[in-house]
Amino acid sequence: MSLLRTIVVRIAYATILLVAVLVLNFSLLHLAPGDVADTISQSMGGADQELLNEIRADYGLDQPFLVQLGRYIGNVLRFDLGHSFFYNQPVTKLILERMPATLLLVVCAQLLALFVGVILGVYSARHPNGPVSHFVTFFALFGYSAPVFWTGILLLIGFSLNVHWFPVAGMRDVTIEGGFWVHFIDIARHLVLPTITLASIFLALYSRLSRATMMEVLGSDYVRTAKAKGLSEREVVYKHALKNSLSPVITLAGLQFSAVISGAVLVETVFSWPGLGTLAFQSIIARDTPTILGILFFSALVVIVGNLLTDLALRLVDPRVGSKG
Amino acid sequence: MTDKPILPEEEMQKARHPFAEAWEMFRRNHAAVAALIVLILIVLGAIFGPILYATDPFDMVWAPFSPPGQEGFLLGTDYLGRDLMAMILSGARVSIVIGLAAALVSVFIGVSIGALAGFYRGWVEEVLMRITEFFQVLPTLLFSMVIVALFGASLPMITFAIGVVSWTAVARITRSEFLRIRELEYVTASRSSGANNLKLMFRIILPNALPPIIVQSALMVGSAILFEAGLSFLGLTDPNVVSWGQIIGSNRQYILDASFTVTIPGVAIFVTVLAISLVGDGLNDALNPKLRQR
Repeated sequence: MSLLRTIVVRIAYATILLVAVLVLNFSLLHLAPGDVADTISQSMGGADQELLNEIRADYGLDQPFLVQLGRYIGNVLRFDLGHSFFYNQPVTKLILERMPATLLLVVCAQLLALFVGVILGVYSARHPNGPVSHFVTFFALFGYSAPVFWTGILLLIGFSLNVHWFPVAGMRDVTIEGGFWVHFIDIARHLVLPTITLASIFLALYSRLSRATMMEVLGSDYVRTAKAKGLSEREVVYKHALKNSLSPVITLAGLQFSAVISGAVLVETVFSWPGLGTLAFQSIIARDTPTILGILFFSALVVIVGNLLTDLALRLVDPRVGSKG
Repeated sequence: MTDKPILPEEEMQKARHPFAEAWEMFRRNHAAVAALIVLILIVLGAIFGPILYATDPFDMVWAPFSPPGQEGFLLGTDYLGRDLMAMILSGARVSIVIGLAAALVSVFIGVSIGALAGFYRGWVEEVLMRITEFFQVLPTLLFSMVIVALFGASLPMITFAIGVVSWTAVARITRSEFLRIRELEYVTASRSSGANNLKLMFRIILPNALPPIIVQSALMVGSAILFEAGLSFLGLTDPNVVSWGQIIGSNRQYILDASFTVTIPGVAIFVTVLAISLVGDGLNDALNPKLRQR
């Protein structure tokens, strides 16, 4: 019962956050110099004041701020994020087309970073002065200090241009024909470098944290008990300690969603990955404001949903979370 | 009863000089000291480099893609035949100035919000922390891209756009420090001796909350430099100045012809941010010695 209640409360709260994002979006649009009428008149090669006023009346731009805001929120609730004048398509359609690619990249990168990060962290907690532990420390510094787009370009130079192991750009090779598996492998090949690049920022973070929590857990009483009753080192680490050291890492991963999306914008641009990031990049160059704001809204949505899911995952891993209500 | 000192003589000496003690702790971290030297060199290069090396970074001085060390160009030339050395030196100024200014903006916002929330508690804290959460949900890079795209890519606007999305960590740290310190006895003592809220906040509590805030601020400079590099890589930068990220962004189409035009500015960003984070590590040792001795 209490789980259901917390889920309802969390969803209500997430909705309030989303409305706040919408208000912010709209205020930005309102504050920015130039409006839709200016954009349209520019694309027509100029218009006189009378025509401008007519366009403004058509789009309701002459209405008071709050009325326009209400209408904007109402539209978004009906999945209408406006019209892109650059692509001449509804923004929602544009975004939904690009969304799967970004989700694929983001999810793969997070999973890779978590998986490898936890393995490295656990291993270096068991061998605190070994080479892996030093590697984690060094790699953490690299992951924090190297600009992600530069890491991406270096990987591109190394593995696509010097040795042709991976394709240079895009998500699929349009010349390839074949069944499901052929396309699956094709996309997977395109996915490797962008995923590694994006994961490189977070991998270090997760491995450092899981090393720290693992070392703490390994020093605790119940681990000593487990060892004392004769369990092997392996069993103690992977059955008892790992479960308890996971929840801080998952919490951290949940907090990283907005950073992952930000990183994805840069990584997608480097690898011409056809997701929201490249769309954002292109629409900013084209000064396509409705699309940019739509992307901001959608990525906030992704972050909020990601946070919700993290919360639920945390409850599954660690029953103590939320048991207080 | 003889006056026996509570601490040995040399410990007393140290205790009297907090800065000397901090420096002592900092010096023990060799990586941090090396990083500090590198950082000083970079800052000196940014200040004096463009004066001593008087080539205009926008001048097309030679054929494009001349490799480093040849034709008299230490770092070679870029896709327009501009001197990469001049561009790197000039870009250092932009990176460092924006990094410092944006970190300052975010520390100002973060400390104000965190201090108010931690000091007043109650509904003030509730509202301010909800605002903080709101800013944590916004994908930072996208949000600043939107600001720069809508309001123009001037250096002050870029600084503002970076600062306004990066303050949440500082706000959280400041708040938790305030929550801790406001319950301490010396705060109660000053309150009962008539100190008003402003004085309590900024003269009594803030100075004692500073160590973790300073460490975080140092790291903020590094992440602001990375942030600016990301924006200018995407082309969201003042076209009248050169910046490291922008050199990478504009040359990346030509990595087949000349990969050094992309790797060299990347190394500049990497080394600068690395040096800052190592110095931040050292500051952490110096300012939070108890934390270190866990």
